[in-house]
Amino acid sequence: MGMTYIQKLLARAVGQPDLRVGDVVEPRVDLAMSHENGALVLNQFREIFKGTDREARVWDPSRIAIIFDHRVPAESSKTASNQKKVREFVEAQGITKFHDIRGDGGGICHQILPENGYVRPGAVVVGTDSHTTTHGALGAFAFGIGATEMASVWTLGSILNVEVPATIRVNVSGRLAKGVYPKDVILHLIGRLTAEGANFKVIEFHGEAIRAMATSGRLVLCNMTVEAGATGGVVPPDEETVRYLREEAGVTGDLDLFGPDADAVYERVVEIDGSALAPQIACPHTVDNVKPVGEVAGTRVHQIVIGSCTNGRLDDIEVAARTLHGKKVARSTRLLVFPASWRIYSEAMRRGYLQQLVDAGAVVCNPGCGPCLGVHQGALGDGETALATTNRNFKGRMGNPTSEVYLCSPAVAAASAISGVISDPRGVN
Amino acid sequence: MARGKVVLTLGDDVSTDIIYPGRFMATVLPTETPQFAFADHAEFNGRLKSGAIPRGSVLVAGNNFGCGSSREQAASCLKGHDLVVVARNVARIFLQNAINLGFNVVICPTIEAGEGDELEVAGEAVINHTTGTSFPTQPLPKARQAIIDAGGLIPYTRRLMIERSA
Repeated sequence: MGMTYIQKLLARAVGQPDLRVGDVVEPRVDLAMSHENGALVLNQFREIFKGTDREARVWDPSRIAIIFDHRVPAESSKTASNQKKVREFVEAQGITKFHDIRGDGGGICHQILPENGYVRPGAVVVGTDSHTTTHGALGAFAFGIGATEMASVWTLGSILNVEVPATIRVNVSGRLAKGVYPKDVILHLIGRLTAEGANFKVIEFHGEAIRAMATSGRLVLCNMTVEAGATGGVVPPDEETVRYLREEAGVTGDLDLFGPDADAVYERVVEIDGSALAPQIACPHTVDNVKPVGEVAGTRVHQIVIGSCTNGRLDDIEVAARTLHGKKVARSTRLLVFPASWRIYSEAMRRGYLQQLVDAGAVVCNPGCGPCLGVHQGALGDGETALATTNRNFKGRMGNPTSEVYLCSPAVAAASAISGVISDPRGVN
Repeated sequence: MARGKVVLTLGDDVSTDIIYPGRFMATVLPTETPQFAFADHAEFNGRLKSGAIPRGSVLVAGNNFGCGSSREQAASCLKGHDLVVVARNVARIFLQNAINLGFNVVICPTIEAGEGDELEVAGEAVINHTTGTSFPTQPLPKARQAIIDAGGLIPYTRRLMIERSA
């Protein structure tokens, strides 16, 4: 019986000819990523060694990546102290893939990993962040784990008790219309699958719209597969994957490219007509409460956020800058922009996008998670409504349980910034 | 678990943002996280902190409990209050985190219970003594049960590390 992409990837990772759904395996880990929560991981890691005669050393410091992004620069002395602890650990263990709070290499973990060529097709990537699913865009099996699980990975170099997941195949046919973006595809899909529709499963993307999509867009798709409960999302690698890795990520050397078997068995196949899709929006307070933007057009928004690990890439900033160039953010709203990395920030600066955004009235902040998880850089007032290109709109997500959050593409966000109300970008130049 | 009273009933898709809001994520120690359990649910958080809720009390949840962020604090804060979660089903990362910390999560796909009901987890069923009804539980996969039996992932990994390098 044929295998899906992730079945095949896991079979290779454990050196078995084939694997069935439900088999339990312990694959070696190619990359283990953490952010500020490395502070909790290292506590648990030291705990594992307690009472033994072993020195607490990580299995391979070159396979661990630590990126500060959730609270940068530190919003409190507590965070600063956590970051200090992690920095000292990185130094002591010789961890090389460390991205501190710096303009020459920092950013959000889910952009830093791809743009530095840390993720390859066929790799097993785990991260102490649920949006680690992002890296399936490059053909990896990438998924989120907790801090104690990561401490175990740091010790053993493998991830215990992985059940080979069933796969949902998603075919996106046709070409996306003007004004419609990868974010609209994934929001639509989550709406159809529901927030738990892919629990313990993986989502494998195919179809003309996916083949035509740049890696930046595939990262958006895979990033949000976890919002349907998926363990991971994956785009089987193709010419575009190779182009991205060679040209944008500076990867040299051989790449292990393979696809699912032609007779692979999928648990379910979902067909999406990409050419018929309209801009989508996820309404409060669940990510699967998805509607065409038109149904909530006119809703007043007090704060708009463009950025995050979902939509803070150069093409996202470009859409925002093009839409807002020569125009103004409505007086009744405020627009915050968070490029996903300092590399993107610098390129957007060189191309003049940041200046155009600032001239329009936007506030351009430093790369990082910003207000997405309700820590800092843009709290909401009581009863306020936010429109964001981020990935979660749970009650209280942005720090205020009386506020509401809508999720959309950068095009919807930028068009709405001009009008001050939720707007369909197809009606805006 | 022996028996416990239901102290809170929750619907579907209760995210880890509800269980442990993101703004408290800089707090990591399991001794400190319990104070922020359901922090935005002021009334329940207050009852937890005042000690008004006996250890072994039960939270009953719907589908997809613990969805969202991978933050382990969401499991450690509930464990700190020695609560028992009985949910219709549980999101993957939360379930794994709970198991890794040795925290008791019971998957019971048909559970029906209201606040104040007395529940008992008895092997393969949850018995609601108030309504006199019994609901079957879903056993954990064997590989996961082994971690619980070892007392959590830390002792489990410690043992593996020693065995493998022997």
